[in-house]
Amino acid sequence: MIGADAIVKCLEAEGVEVVFGYPGVAICPFYNSILDSDIRTILIRTEQNAAHAASGMARMTGRPGVCAVTSGPGATNVITGIATAFADSIPLICITGQVNSELLGSDVFQEADITGAVESFVKYSYLVKNVNDIPRIFKEAFHIANTGRKGPVLIDVPIDIQNAALNRFSYPEEVSLRTYKPTVKGHAVQIKKVIHELERAERPIICVGGGVLLAQAEQELREFVEKHQIPVVSTMMGIGAMPSGHPLYFGMVGNNGRAYANRAMNESDLLIMVGARVADRAVSQPGLITRNKILVHIDVDPAEIGKNAGPSIPLVGDARHIIHEFIQEEFTCDHGEWLDTLKEYRNTMGTVRNPNPAYVDPAALIGLLSEKMQENAIYVADVGQNQIWSCTYHIVKEGKFFTTGGMGTMGYSIPAAMGAKLAAPERQVVAVCGDGSFQMSMMELATMRQHEIPVKIIVLKNNYLGMVREYQHYTYKDHYSVVDLSGSPDLKMIAAAYGMRFQRLENMEHASEAVDEFLSGDESVLMECIIDPYDLVK
Amino acid sequence: MQKKVFQLLVDNTSGVLSRISGLFSRRGYNIESITAGVTADPRFTRITIVTSGDDVILEQIEKQVAKLVDVRDIKELTSTSSVYRELVLIKVKVSSDQRQAVISVADVFRANIIDVAPDSLIIELTGNQSKVEAFITLLNGYEILELARTGITGLSRGSDNVAYFDD
Repeated sequence: MIGADAIVKCLEAEGVEVVFGYPGVAICPFYNSILDSDIRTILIRTEQNAAHAASGMARMTGRPGVCAVTSGPGATNVITGIATAFADSIPLICITGQVNSELLGSDVFQEADITGAVESFVKYSYLVKNVNDIPRIFKEAFHIANTGRKGPVLIDVPIDIQNAALNRFSYPEEVSLRTYKPTVKGHAVQIKKVIHELERAERPIICVGGGVLLAQAEQELREFVEKHQIPVVSTMMGIGAMPSGHPLYFGMVGNNGRAYANRAMNESDLLIMVGARVADRAVSQPGLITRNKILVHIDVDPAEIGKNAGPSIPLVGDARHIIHEFIQEEFTCDHGEWLDTLKEYRNTMGTVRNPNPAYVDPAALIGLLSEKMQENAIYVADVGQNQIWSCTYHIVKEGKFFTTGGMGTMGYSIPAAMGAKLAAPERQVVAVCGDGSFQMSMMELATMRQHEIPVKIIVLKNNYLGMVREYQHYTYKDHYSVVDLSGSPDLKMIAAAYGMRFQRLENMEHASEAVDEFLSGDESVLMECIIDPYDLVK
Repeated sequence: MQKKVFQLLVDNTSGVLSRISGLFSRRGYNIESITAGVTADPRFTRITIVTSGDDVILEQIEKQVAKLVDVRDIKELTSTSSVYRELVLIKVKVSSDQRQAVISVADVFRANIIDVAPDSLIIELTGNQSKVEAFITLLNGYEILELARTGITGLSRGSDNVAYFDD
């Protein structure tokens, strides 16, 4: 057995079913060995999307997604995908081929110091120098990626190590990391303090972030808030932790969030943040949220607590464990009046839009989609105006909502949707992007076709980089610079070129039928929706 | 702004120092000095970092460093419950009639003369930072040709609060 065989054995031992990647000489031993395995390989069309696809898969399965690329440019191309996963705390294992270990540091062909380059975007990285370390390193890497605050781990394997003979392969049963022991269980005294505050609070609210989804704590959250009738708002990454139509859910907060959600959070006297960073997009003035209220901050990463706002009660641990502990506590609280107030806010402070009837109204279109998609469908939003409309108007039922809230990487939706579809082939998967973000991942239509991954794609087309145009509208008084997307291809011809079904929607007149047709059948479709180029998210 | 001395016990892996110094530079934290050396157990390295910042920054430094996978332990070495030492080497230009005076100052500070050349001396001094500063000030009247400082290293007093290598 050689190193490359050992890597494949490690992936098998971890239950990996799919590897996304792009070969080159330096990773060829691995791609040769994987042919003898049942692990499916997906040839992505650019390395960045290998990481995004692995991210989509990880978010669906709750286990690390895996990608494998070659040295040099292959490795540097994947960095944006790794940085995206890092910002969103998505567990990934990224394997990079590397030049011969004896030549390291001599600037040979396709050599890049990838462990050095990704240092600030990975949870940890390894450069394998001894073939016999492979089983231990992979065991540790999967453990590090998927415990504590999750994130990407990179393993750089020189080609001579992949080809070197292994003494004996034995996959460790357990990891023994002397220095890495994340806190999972919440501190009992702190938990009691939170319960005490909940008993006293008149206007409590829970703000959930992506950490609730990463901890798979949705059921516990629902049980807890229903038991005590506690209202919930969410950050962008927390969308889907509660069904959007739940009577206790009051929308997304933040500068792109719902006015009533922000008001609810501001007027609360007890704010419990769970698995959220109190980051700038969700809370623009973190200094203020501790001024007139008790702030409880629950996070698995102690470094997030107190980074942006000093909480009254810090509570380190896994969201699922902690909410489970909350459920066990017997206490009563009564805040019916507060809930009535919030319901009134929700009914009266909704966004008023005046859509231009000559175009497709993205809000109405997304509303139709939500209504007609399967209950457990997966909706992947890209980045730009489309992302804000998706966050605002998509109704998550029993399905999932994925987007990159932390890094905001354009082009995320199509590869991430592919990863999600591969993880859950029985579910409907829809990617919604703009004409800018679509063109950042357009090459993946080939991957979808080659590997028969039936993702449904909506392109909201306005011939502009809409989010930047909107910013230039407000900040530079319509002095538009480098946002015009003229020159974009004819999407009907693009769809035909990749053998996809194509639909075009120009206004809302036949939208309902068009959405029915779009969602029909388990096959990939590209639906171009012409939206008002001057539409605004605010 | 206040100064703090942190002591880290880290896994002796390749690149561990760059991981720690990289964290400081990318998050904009100050490093006034950093010293590192292997411990009695060669699997571990002890690092002493002198840093400065306001309370929020110093708390973040401690948490962000603790979060690194290679870091086994981080603790503050407070001036009251720890000892600090720094080693400094100073090459002073001295004529033959100045030599004895410099040696006398060095003696008062219990510094060692470790090299004597016809027109210069190298003095080795170990002490806490204020002692080192005071000594350098006393040499003001002479021409310092070269000076090398290690930055401080330290240990907490007593046997409580020791981070053991294995639990």
